[in-house]
Amino acid sequence: MASTGMYMGVLAQQFQWNIVWQFLFKPAIVQGVIITVVLAVLAQITGTVIGLLIYLLRRTILRPVADFYIWIFRGTPLLVQLLFLTNIFPYLGLTRALNSSTIFNDLGFQYIPLSAFLGAFLAFSFNEGAYMAEIMRAGIDAIDPGQMEAAKSLGMSYGLSMRRVILPQAARVIIPPLGNEFNSMLKTTSLASAFGVLELYNAGAGIGQSLFQPLELAVDLSIWYLLMTTLWGFVQSYLERRFNASTTDGMTNTTFLDRILGRGNKSPSPTKETTAEAAISGGRR
Amino acid sequence: MEQQQLSNATRMVDARDVHKFFNQTEVLRGVSLSVARGEVVVIIGPSGSGKTTFLRCLNHLEKIQRGTITIDGENIGYRQVNGKLVEDQEASIAKVRAQIGMVFQRFNLFPHMTALQNIIEAPIHVLGLSQAEAEASARALLAKVGLDHKADAYPNKLSGGQQQRVAIARALAMNPKLMLFDEATSALDPELVGEVLKVMKQLAEEGMTMVVVTHEMGFAREVADRVVVMDQGQIIEQAPPAQLFNDPQQERTRTFLGMVARAN
Ligand SMILES: Nc1ncnc2c1ncn2[C@@H]1O[C@H](COP(=O)(O)OP(=O)(O)OP(=O)(O)O)[C@@H](O)[C@H]1O
Ligand SMILES: [Mg+2]
Repeated sequence: MASTGMYMGVLAQQFQWNIVWQFLFKPAIVQGVIITVVLAVLAQITGTVIGLLIYLLRRTILRPVADFYIWIFRGTPLLVQLLFLTNIFPYLGLTRALNSSTIFNDLGFQYIPLSAFLGAFLAFSFNEGAYMAEIMRAGIDAIDPGQMEAAKSLGMSYGLSMRRVILPQAARVIIPPLGNEFNSMLKTTSLASAFGVLELYNAGAGIGQSLFQPLELAVDLSIWYLLMTTLWGFVQSYLERRFNASTTDGMTNTTFLDRILGRGNKSPSPTKETTAEAAISGGRR
Repeated sequence: MEQQQLSNATRMVDARDVHKFFNQTEVLRGVSLSVARGEVVVIIGPSGSGKTTFLRCLNHLEKIQRGTITIDGENIGYRQVNGKLVEDQEASIAKVRAQIGMVFQRFNLFPHMTALQNIIEAPIHVLGLSQAEAEASARALLAKVGLDHKADAYPNKLSGGQQQRVAIARALAMNPKLMLFDEATSALDPELVGEVLKVMKQLAEEGMTMVVVTHEMGFAREVADRVVVMDQGQIIEQAPPAQLFNDPQQERTRTFLGMVARAN
């Protein structure tokens, strides 16, 4: 690319970096980024809450309901779930009410049918809930049952014990996989493009197509997705460190580099932690 | 302390004909025990005899299948409805539990909280005390168990003996009517046992009602008002310590005491 006159064949198209830079901060793209982040954050939060509820439900007489939920959402493609939930509103007679909403325009965005956004949000949330249930289970079940008994014997209710005693300890186990889930979520939201949600992928791919410069826009998209996942990597490392510090018998700290390169914290084995931690801190200094 | 003669007003624990099954196995086979206000009852007996299980029934950490348990006149865990036992709502179980302190063999301190935070947690969130009130009484309790200098230490920075003393302070912070101890010193290194027993003894001297499961026969001799021997899910003998240790009536008690004596 440095030698601009390089012959690339008659039909070969020249890759143009100036297009990359020109479109990187175009309002349409930035809006796409915002929609992507909002969608991913909302769906991850909702999915995490659903995961906790499913975990709790599995411990009651309604366990079959929870198992059925997990069976459905793990057993069908996310794309089909999106198809289902973005198209369910006409059957509920809600489409007109939803899509006459100008909420996105009011916020200064391009028009997105609310039914599409809402449907995508629900699909991502429900799907995530099915996976978060397992992550919640692993985190909560890792806590010594003596903790719940001690809390109960102090007169704390189940809910209070969960909130004050169990979940803060389980967070240490839950946060690494939860962080990985959110990393996936940021990227997976691109599927919503197929259903009329103008998120980052949709915005970028659309421009690329209309300009006949798909590769340049693909680079723009890559830059933005990498920026989001990398920033999240920072946040995740910070959270993991914080929760390791506040709970005492800790697990290994995952460095930021480990995090973005996918060398995750897979071993909660207490025997390995000291050596791993020593290696990490030794390597950094 | 003849338990049959206890009036309702002086009775703190009243367990009657308690039966407890784990699956098909009956681990408590009709246990009846009354504990008077201010009394210290020590439960001894061979491993697997049901001591822990019985103690856990007293604050409804275990469900029972037959019998009744009242604490200070209140049913724990169950109501009688038309002659049937019906399990209580969680909230009312919690309310009775708040009045019963329990100390576990393995301490069960909350590892993500400092000693002080461990102690003020329930007073603030269950009793509704203000942070300042709770802290003031927590610091007094830490001083009482000799750990005022460890208020801000996390449990993993404390020795076993210190952790157990914090656990006792945590239970006392709820102002319990009754304290249950399940082998509070069994997980400790021998040199740390004394400091915990000392706190328990002091508590007994202050008039706390206590039910203590222990293998520490010295403690039983010295502190107990009554020693209860359990074997195979039943109470086989009970008497004041002097009488029980010097003149056990049951063959199985003699065998058990003989075993303990040889072990020490
Ligand atoms: N959760 C459980 N599930 C099944 N069986 C149990 C359970 N807990 C206790 N048991 C059984 O109940 C019986 C009584 O146990 P318990 O722990 O009450 O005895 P213990 O007198 O406290 O013994 P130790 O001195 O060893 O602590 C034992 O046979 C034990 O195996
Ligand atoms: Mg026991």
